[in-house]
Amino acid sequence: MTIRWFYYAAPQTFYALAGRLWPWFAALATLLAAAGLWIGFAVAPADAQQGEGYRIIFVHVPVSWMSMIIYLAMAFWSILGLTFNTRLSGLMTRALAPTGAMFAFLSLWTGALWGKPMWGTWWVWDARLTSELILFFLYLGYMALTSAIDDVRRADRAGALIAVVGAINVPIIYFSVTWWNTLHQGASVSLTRSPSMAALMLWGMLIMALACWLYTLAIVCYRVRSLIIERERHADWVQNLPEVAGVKP
Amino acid sequence: MNIFFTVVVRDLRLALRRKTEVLSALFFFVVVAALFPLAIGHEPAMLRQIGPGVLWVGALLASMLALSRLFEVDYRDGALEHMLLSPHPLWLLVLGKITAHWLLSGLPLVILAPVLGLQLNLSADALALLSLTLLLGTPVLSCIGAIGAALTLGVRGGGVLISLLVLPLFVPVLVFGAGAVQALSSGLGAQAHLSILLALLLPALFFSPWACSAALRIALE
Repeated sequence: MTIRWFYYAAPQTFYALAGRLWPWFAALATLLAAAGLWIGFAVAPADAQQGEGYRIIFVHVPVSWMSMIIYLAMAFWSILGLTFNTRLSGLMTRALAPTGAMFAFLSLWTGALWGKPMWGTWWVWDARLTSELILFFLYLGYMALTSAIDDVRRADRAGALIAVVGAINVPIIYFSVTWWNTLHQGASVSLTRSPSMAALMLWGMLIMALACWLYTLAIVCYRVRSLIIERERHADWVQNLPEVAGVKP
Repeated sequence: MNIFFTVVVRDLRLALRRKTEVLSALFFFVVVAALFPLAIGHEPAMLRQIGPGVLWVGALLASMLALSRLFEVDYRDGALEHMLLSPHPLWLLVLGKITAHWLLSGLPLVILAPVLGLQLNLSADALALLSLTLLLGTPVLSCIGAIGAALTLGVRGGGVLISLLVLPLFVPVLVFGAGAVQALSSGLGAQAHLSILLALLLPALFFSPWACSAALRIALE
């Protein structure tokens, strides 16, 4: 069986595919999140050193992973869009950005919640925290740029370019911030935990990470459908859709 | 190569006919540097410590102020469109514009920074090093900033948008630029910082004109 990649590159066909897929993704995400939270908050034992407060990592770590993976995905779609000039790429990048920004914000938020009882402070200028904050700014910059340009095609391509430039810069920023941090505060606090995790905790975290993946897939499919309808509202096939029937373009 | 110098000379000449724009960015730098002691206090030891950072942040903001004019004027009077249509490679023209922008907004900062550094009680070594880091770092700011300027060409609220796009990307330059002076004062030596600044400058010089050309083509297609 061959997957017809270019067949689904057209917004019209992808609209239907995304419509079939997103309820499955959403249902799976809900199930996995419920299972992951159950393991994380009910089954897994309290940590010997950190007590109950450590349980925030079941949310914090998957959310942080996603915030970085989504930026990579945006860069991927942007490169596709710039090289093949496909219409869907820009839509996918746009659909990903708000979710990525949300995960980056959640990562900072839950990190602060974890930091208060563990380190005694909401925020430290640790290398990882700082680069996560800058990643959040990169998301905001992308969204600000694409929403400021009225011509949607230009907005897509300009956004793709800034996403790629940002993706090239992310490792440099991370490296520079690590350097800066080691110079400034030496070994004050580190996010790396010395004891290895119990298997149960690891499972809880992996299941939560999978739930975040599926949530992202679901929400992106859903959002890209809205974007496609909005962009193609003058096309006949959109006008003939049962869900848009009777709405003036 | 001739066309490169033509663009540089043209941009310089245009800027010198409207001196206020160049000078206002420069005065902004001076004023910002003067505000910090007023807000934080004037103990010499503390000023010496925050001095390099203050001047670097000031330089960052000042070079960003000038960015919105980089392509905007040419865009409005149609000169930019002619550059895109000309037979010369666009990246060379863009490199010329970036160079002119640096000569107008970066180089004055490099020259002015030691004077402001004196106000902030920096030692002679630190002043020399600060100028050197600005000399290596401000071209990177111009290169990265030009991409932002090209992308926001003719966009509503372009000025504020540039800062949101470009400031996060300035972080590495800021870290190593201001960090060099800190490293010197803490006795570590600034060799590594300077090498890294140079390592940031070279790829920026190479890639930025290319990315700017792509962005200009997107903006003007």
